Amino acid sequence: MNIALKIDDLCKSFGGLPATRHVSMEIASGERRLIIGPNGAGKTTLFNLITGDLPSDSGRIELFGTDITARPTHKRAHLGMARTYQIITLFNRDTIAHNLALGLLGLSPRRHQMFSALASHTDMRETVIATLERVGLAHLADRPVSSISYGEKRRVEIALALAQRPKLLLLDEPLAGLSLEERGAVQNLIAAIPRETTIIMIEHDMDVALEYAERITLLHYGEVLADGTRADVVNNPRTREVYLGH
Amino acid sequence: MIRIAVPLIALALLPWTAGEYYINLASQIMIAALFAASLNLLVGYGGMTSLGHAAYLGLAAYVSAWTFLKLGVNHAGAAAIALVSTTLIACVFGWLALRASGLSFLMITLALSQVLWGLGYRWVNVTNGDNGLSGLTRPEPFGINLDGSVAYYNFTLIVVAIALYVIARFVNSPFGASLAGTRDQARRMSALGFDVWRIRWITFVFSSFLAAVAGLLYIYYHKYIHPSALAVSSSAEVLLGVIAGGSGTLVGPVIGAALVLLLKNYASAYIERWNTLMGVVFVLIVMFMPDGLVPGGKRLWARIRGGRK
Repeated sequence: MNIALKIDDLCKSFGGLPATRHVSMEIASGERRLIIGPNGAGKTTLFNLITGDLPSDSGRIELFGTDITARPTHKRAHLGMARTYQIITLFNRDTIAHNLALGLLGLSPRRHQMFSALASHTDMRETVIATLERVGLAHLADRPVSSISYGEKRRVEIALALAQRPKLLLLDEPLAGLSLEERGAVQNLIAAIPRETTIIMIEHDMDVALEYAERITLLHYGEVLADGTRADVVNNPRTREVYLGH
Repeated sequence: MIRIAVPLIALALLPWTAGEYYINLASQIMIAALFAASLNLLVGYGGMTSLGHAAYLGLAAYVSAWTFLKLGVNHAGAAAIALVSTTLIACVFGWLALRASGLSFLMITLALSQVLWGLGYRWVNVTNGDNGLSGLTRPEPFGINLDGSVAYYNFTLIVVAIALYVIARFVNSPFGASLAGTRDQARRMSALGFDVWRIRWITFVFSSFLAAVAGLLYIYYHKYIHPSALAVSSSAEVLLGVIAGGSGTLVGPVIGAALVLLLKNYASAYIERWNTLMGVVFVLIVMFMPDGLVPGGKRLWARIRGGRK
């Protein structure tokens, strides 16, 4: 079994308040992992530690066998890691196509070019449109992000990460704030992501998330309380006590 | 294309239609415009507000003057030494200033420029202190004498036009798009694989290099340099020009710099407290066109045209 992400004894505190406590987990390549836990359980902090947005206090993170604990965020992206944000983080004044073009540029040596016009890179535009077709937003390619709906923005968030063809994708509450109809569109989008991409998802909508996840990790006060298959974790009395509430 | 060609032709024809005073004023405006456009890379495109940009204009001017006067280096050599040394200093200053962001970045740029300003006043052996460095001449590129106002105007026009073209290419390039991305969503840019710090640092150095080019034009024009060129008021004036014209636009800083220079030249002839007048003008701009004259003017024009329809 290939291990996509290995976390070993990871700790993080904010001013003495522990947010991540001795977290260890292994995520297999191609796996769909769900991370659940009540508010304040440290789910997004764990994501931020994995991506390097936050430095860990101790512990070790390996991405496909490479120790990335000390690597900055942008170098982790070059090793195949991409993420989406709980609070939509897009380039609002730019078009959707420009947003995705930035996603492509991020991993391309072309990002260093200072005197060639961005518009002259027509092959990049083709890739952008192909990615937008995958998420059903090609018809909005030249619309500024500020002018599209919230549901469409959520899809652009995911498309921006997918444009990079990541090996590991971290989805932070991709369904948050969406209507029932919009949820369907995002769910289909996530379900269509090929197995080459390992997915770790934080999601509160248990109906959707449980259907999708193969393995689940339950966090509580920064600690892993339960970790295993869907059935194991759902039937675990601790899960019912701290999270499912029944 | 027309939008570039028409102003360029108009500027090239100016010496045939204007008197010497206006030609000299136009040369000064173009130098100020390049200086403002260089700062705009930081402020407008990079979201890094600096209050110490005069350091690079002044430093290049001082180094060029000093190497020419004291070391006897010719103009080409002095210009090369000035550009290289200013760029190297900018590498170090940028490395220091970019350890912070926002207000802290602004304060560090201010502090670093104040160090140079202090040296300008106090390191009398080199800078001649409050008396400044004088006795300079203008270069003679390809044997062309630049002493006349028209010749120097044309020289400035060519240099500034090339520099502005380079800036336009830069901001429309993949690197320029990355820079704007770091201004809008630095965190996301890191997650996408961009080295945000490096993008900012390179821009800082490039922007300072362009300010150094403006510094050379400045010293050739005035043939004299005084520590006031390094002062915080010089940095503040150019920053005001960028903001007033419209940061993050190519034309905005050019218009803003022209406005500052014209206000300074004309208002100071009539009123003693011209600084107050400049303050009032900027307050009005911020109140009625908060994103600057160029974006504000465009909106106003669109509204007028919409009204006509």
